[in-house]
Amino acid sequence: MVSNRGSRLKNSVPMPKQQIENRVQNFSEVAKGYSIEQAITEAERCLQCPKPLCVKGCPVEVDIPAFIKCIVEGEFKTAIKIVKDKNSLPAICGRVCPQEQQCQKFCVLGKKFEPIAIGRLERFVADFEPETGSKINEKPPSTGKKVAIIGSGPAGLTAAADLAKRGHEVVLFEALHKPGGVLMYGIPEFRMPKNVVRAEIDYIKKLGVTIEMDVVIGSMYTIDELFKQGFDAVFIGTGAGLPRFLGIPGENLCGIYSANEFLIRVNLMRAYEFPKYDTPVKVGKKVAVIGGGNVAMDAARSALRLGADEVYIVYRRSRNEAPARQEELENTEEEGIIFKFLTNPVRFIGNDAGWVKEMECLKMNLGKPDESGRRRPVPIKNSEFIMKVSTVIVAIGQSPNPLIPQTTKALKITKYGTIEVNEETGETSIKGVYAGGDIVSGAATVISAMGAGKKAARAIHKYLMNKERNKKLENAYARS
Amino acid sequence: MNKIVKKEILAQGIKLLEVEAPQISKKTQPGQFLVLRIDEKGERMPLTIFDADFTKGTVKIIFQEVGKTTVQLGQLKVGDHILNLMGPLGNPSNIKNYGHVIIIGGGVGIALAYPITKALKRAGNKITSILGARTEALLILEDKMRDLSDKLYVTTDDGSKGHHGFVTDILKELIEKEKIDLVHAVGPTVMMRAVARVTKPNRIKTIVSLNPIMLDGTGMCGGCRVTIGGKTKFCCVDGPEFDAHLVDFNQLMTRLSMYLDEEKVALQVLKKKGVNGV
Ligand SMILES: Cc1cc2nc3c(=O)[nH]c(=O)nc-3n(C[C@H](O)[C@H](O)[C@H](O)COP(=O)(O)OP(=O)(O)OC[C@H]3O[C@@H](n4cnc5c(N)ncnc54)[C@H](O)[C@@H]3O)c2cc1C
Ligand code: FES
Repeated sequence: MVSNRGSRLKNSVPMPKQQIENRVQNFSEVAKGYSIEQAITEAERCLQCPKPLCVKGCPVEVDIPAFIKCIVEGEFKTAIKIVKDKNSLPAICGRVCPQEQQCQKFCVLGKKFEPIAIGRLERFVADFEPETGSKINEKPPSTGKKVAIIGSGPAGLTAAADLAKRGHEVVLFEALHKPGGVLMYGIPEFRMPKNVVRAEIDYIKKLGVTIEMDVVIGSMYTIDELFKQGFDAVFIGTGAGLPRFLGIPGENLCGIYSANEFLIRVNLMRAYEFPKYDTPVKVGKKVAVIGGGNVAMDAARSALRLGADEVYIVYRRSRNEAPARQEELENTEEEGIIFKFLTNPVRFIGNDAGWVKEMECLKMNLGKPDESGRRRPVPIKNSEFIMKVSTVIVAIGQSPNPLIPQTTKALKITKYGTIEVNEETGETSIKGVYAGGDIVSGAATVISAMGAGKKAARAIHKYLMNKERNKKLENAYARS
Repeated sequence: MNKIVKKEILAQGIKLLEVEAPQISKKTQPGQFLVLRIDEKGERMPLTIFDADFTKGTVKIIFQEVGKTTVQLGQLKVGDHILNLMGPLGNPSNIKNYGHVIIIGGGVGIALAYPITKALKRAGNKITSILGARTEALLILEDKMRDLSDKLYVTTDDGSKGHHGFVTDILKELIEKEKIDLVHAVGPTVMMRAVARVTKPNRIKTIVSLNPIMLDGTGMCGGCRVTIGGKTKFCCVDGPEFDAHLVDFNQLMTRLSMYLDEEKVALQVLKKKGVNGV
């Protein structure tokens, strides 16, 4: 074994993927996942550092070397147990975490060679033993406490699961007609198969969580009303769902979508199967997607699959600053999407019928770093040029959803519209109300939303149990 | 799942459904709407809440059969279910005593005007209503609106009932002879644009309820965006009512036509499946 290792150390086992020619014509998952043999080969590259740095890079501190060791030994069931001990959604995180900025960034191998493909291995064990992790142990004794979770994205799902496991009655409220948050409505099937999301949701239901769809908290019930109805605590995980626009002339022309609208049509409403499904989406021959994050890549690749001839990613910074996951940038490039870096649109021009036909852009240079630490794009004078476009998708970010802050006056929010919380506990300015995920951090990642859900669940549990204890003490005093 | 408990045909192709929706019925205020989805393959469609009865736990919706979803909705029978109902959405109308209010309802827009009129009447306003329809057979809710109005006019495009012409003809006459404190117009976008053009030079405060294409109805997609006084607003969360004199009606009209081709295809597919009565 050891002798083999030297030669294998250098490169990680490539991810098997659907052939490019085929995959741009379907919505099936692009990355097929490691086979047993590939997983073991990759796992054998791990140096099993005594003081593993990768774990420090993991927002939920999965014992990475331990689960990788299990893979080497063919103990996949133990491997998934180790992962699930810290991460309740490994099939999802293995697919969408920005590993190159987290665990893999710290991998010692990465100093000289390619780091261990931790995400791929995580996905492998999650897919290999989907049942093991979802086995429900005996139901814990009921605490008699009731918790409302608002929003069914990764933050809400995680909080719901952790609270149910501790014996609380949990009701999850979701505004849309399907649970899952961004995992369901935003990230396309070819990257995040919906049956993976559904399996996680089934698991949460099996834990005893009730999910109520089509409930917009703020309009159907306010947070005050939830307490009046008998909930003892509330967790807000409503995400950052409000699309940002560029605010430039012509942006309301026909054919210009927010990435959210485009992706909701395609993923949640399955517009790629129109007219079998009722909801249509318009994709012209030449599509320009504005932005450089995961959302932009997802929109561009969806547009390609919906039959566009040419798809452009127009991004005002350079490739180095693009916030998308490394793997997705590569996949996007492989699929023939054309990148126009250091380019920023300044106005849209429409035809007589009110449809977008051209986009005027400016070329940019990179200046001094801004508050995000990335170099700030600066327009180059007189560099205007016109791009012909028939569809534009604006993917420049999402802001927090304002509905709950608007209807909950006592809830403190920041100037960015995010909810103010105690970092350690997720507690908001209202007693018994907790928040986490994108609604607190602004648009971030699945894993950080999960981490926040976990933290808040722990704090809510403590809060409820203290409350219970105090009540008992009071009663005891009253009797004595 | 929301059970249909009552169905009425109000005019040719215009139907009313009463649907079980206890929590929505408790919360609905005039001017608000809901988003429904008939079945697993269905689209999300916004519809005004015509009436809400919280003692029975039901809401009523009125719709005209024009596209696939409304035609399919019209085929549902008492006892059938609508898969998803979400609401109430949008800001309620600003109800207070303005004085003399002119209510203008065009076509199926009269259904939307009704709950607003009821509330404005209750708030003590003098109500003059102008109802417009293409032809007499398509005129709905005349009696109900008459009960709420101090005076009521009817106009039809073909002269089959009331004034032969447009709602704006009557509006112009009223402006000449009466003091008007507010005009509230709901109906086809062309009608609302015409009303705005009449009231603007006369400086009469005018409110319209806009009906752009919507998807989620909660501010998540921006598909419903409209330009109001040069600024982009999301109709579902910032509206649906806006100051008529600030609305870019032409843009709204083009945006409403975005999926005309697809709507035709969807309707054809439905017809091929042989849904009865289509
Ligand atoms: C297209 C796209 C691709 C992405 N790709 C990646 C990726 O590859 N890797 C990664 O780590 N992250 C990615 N992200 C970011 C990641 O998905 C989010 O950070 C994460 O989902 C946030 O989780 P959350 O639980 O806070 O909120 P969300 O997932 O946004 O869920 C919030 C839920 O709350 C519901 N809701 C909102 N308001 C209300 C209300 N008033 N009442 C009831 N329900 C309400 C919403 O409908 C939604 O379902 C991507 C995001 C998008 C949009
Ligand atoms: S319908 Fe999506 S934002 Fe209004």
